[in-house]
Amino acid sequence: MTAATNTIRSPQGASQAELDVYKIRAEFPILARKVHNKPLVYLDNAATTQKPQAVIDAIVRYYATENANIHRGVHALSELATASYERARSAVQRFLNAAAPSEIIFVRGATEGINLVAQTWGRTHVGRDDEIVISTMEHHSNIVPWQILCEQQGAKLRVAPINDNGELLLDEFEKLLGPRTKLVSLAHVSNALGTVNPVGKVVEMAHRWNARVLLDGAQAVPHMTVDVRALDCDFYVFSGHKVYGPTGIGVLYGKAELLDAMPPYQGGGDMISSVTFEKTLYNRAPHKFEAGTPHVCGAIGLGAALEYVNAIGLGMIARHEHKLLAYGTERLLAIPGLRLIGTAREKEGVLSFVLDGIHPHDVGTILDQEGIAIRTGHHCAQPLMQRFGVPATARASLALYNTMEEIDALAAGLQKVKEVFA
Amino acid sequence: MPELRELYQDVILEHSKHPRNYHALEAANRTAEGFNPLCGDHFKIFLDVENGCVRDISFEGSGCAISKASASMMTQAVKGKHIYEVEALFEKFHRVVTGKNGVEAEDLGKLAAFSGVSEFPIRVKCATLAWHALHAALQGGQDAVSTE
Repeated sequence: MTAATNTIRSPQGASQAELDVYKIRAEFPILARKVHNKPLVYLDNAATTQKPQAVIDAIVRYYATENANIHRGVHALSELATASYERARSAVQRFLNAAAPSEIIFVRGATEGINLVAQTWGRTHVGRDDEIVISTMEHHSNIVPWQILCEQQGAKLRVAPINDNGELLLDEFEKLLGPRTKLVSLAHVSNALGTVNPVGKVVEMAHRWNARVLLDGAQAVPHMTVDVRALDCDFYVFSGHKVYGPTGIGVLYGKAELLDAMPPYQGGGDMISSVTFEKTLYNRAPHKFEAGTPHVCGAIGLGAALEYVNAIGLGMIARHEHKLLAYGTERLLAIPGLRLIGTAREKEGVLSFVLDGIHPHDVGTILDQEGIAIRTGHHCAQPLMQRFGVPATARASLALYNTMEEIDALAAGLQKVKEVFA
Repeated sequence: MPELRELYQDVILEHSKHPRNYHALEAANRTAEGFNPLCGDHFKIFLDVENGCVRDISFEGSGCAISKASASMMTQAVKGKHIYEVEALFEKFHRVVTGKNGVEAEDLGKLAAFSGVSEFPIRVKCATLAWHALHAALQGGQDAVSTE
């Protein structure tokens, strides 16, 4: 073991039952396919995860047996569809341990969740010279919506720095807080580095200044138990497709008192309680924020995905992924000329790296020929790439169905990369 | 790995490691930047054009092996050529890397090494980035061109 692998700690512990990864793999049909005549080694899970049969079945079942518009018809199918949609909302509520289903708003994804908060809560609570605090490691989706809001309101964006391991500098973060701070918006887990941020402390510090906190959980929910009430965050967002659910569906959690006071996001059907040309009364949360016919099937698919994850258990998933991460870190660091970007003590399954003299794009093309799917590029985090002085990285990211053999395949693939460029 | 060898031919690898005309050009009277926002590749092309001829050309920037080698070999290929010849060469080059008919790889000289790119559609932008910037510089535009 190298020094770097020793620093990776496993936050979960308790029961030590092992995940039967081969049984799990059999539940994901796509994992059986080949790419360029090689078995698929899918290591691009931070971009999107593959879908288990249970999720695919839920989607097919909905369209084959229940499809109707929701919250409208008096007919049987509409009732069935409405019940399934609302059941999915309750599944999300339990998954996040929110206080009530009405605190769960279905959106297109984490990006829309953040934009919704910026344009509703933000437009009413952030004024001239107020401040919003983010960090260097944010995804563009947690930078640009705040830049737009700051432009609209004459507010300022402050950016908390990170150290060379890719960890938030908590002292520097705290110094940015003050009476002008209205909101802190932070990744729970970094998509490009895997860093797990100390969100509990961040919330506590921000609340001392009466600032609200939004956590971007897109990279957290597939890997760890999230309890929004224990975290005491004000908003939490995530995307369904990164936690084995469909694309086009995501979640915004907000504390009830905040959601109730927020203006609507978009106008349309379902978000109103009555409309006349003189005055329109808005529906209550969550419907106030869900104008138009929602992605019913997406929500149902997401509900199925969360039930799937719960049935396996996030503790078990985390143990499996941390073992893969430790092994992957060890294998990658044994490759001469390889530098890991993101070596935080608290980390989820992301191996972001650069190879001396070889551009990540070329790494990605050569690995692809071996059937290995990774992401290359700036990972929608250009300011973070600048912080590390690299134009891009190659990123292997893990999920519950990855195996030690796939880590070996990655290491062997990187050897091929070096041969091509020798 | 036959396709890979087609893509990463020795001449391409050699140019990516030791790019030619890889510096700024003080005498430049035209410049343009090429940027691929998807992968972060970024090049600046410097041109000294006189009487419609490329008297000198150089480039700076960073990118993958394909984009860097392409920029390097492009500077060699167009130096001393008339703008019309350069544009015609770009047209041929573009046809070859996108796998279109009508151009014999031999017409391209050394640039024929890039014909393997046509098997990798996602890498066409890498191979043509510097050419797009060159085209923009010849058209007189000073703005950065983007592949997107």
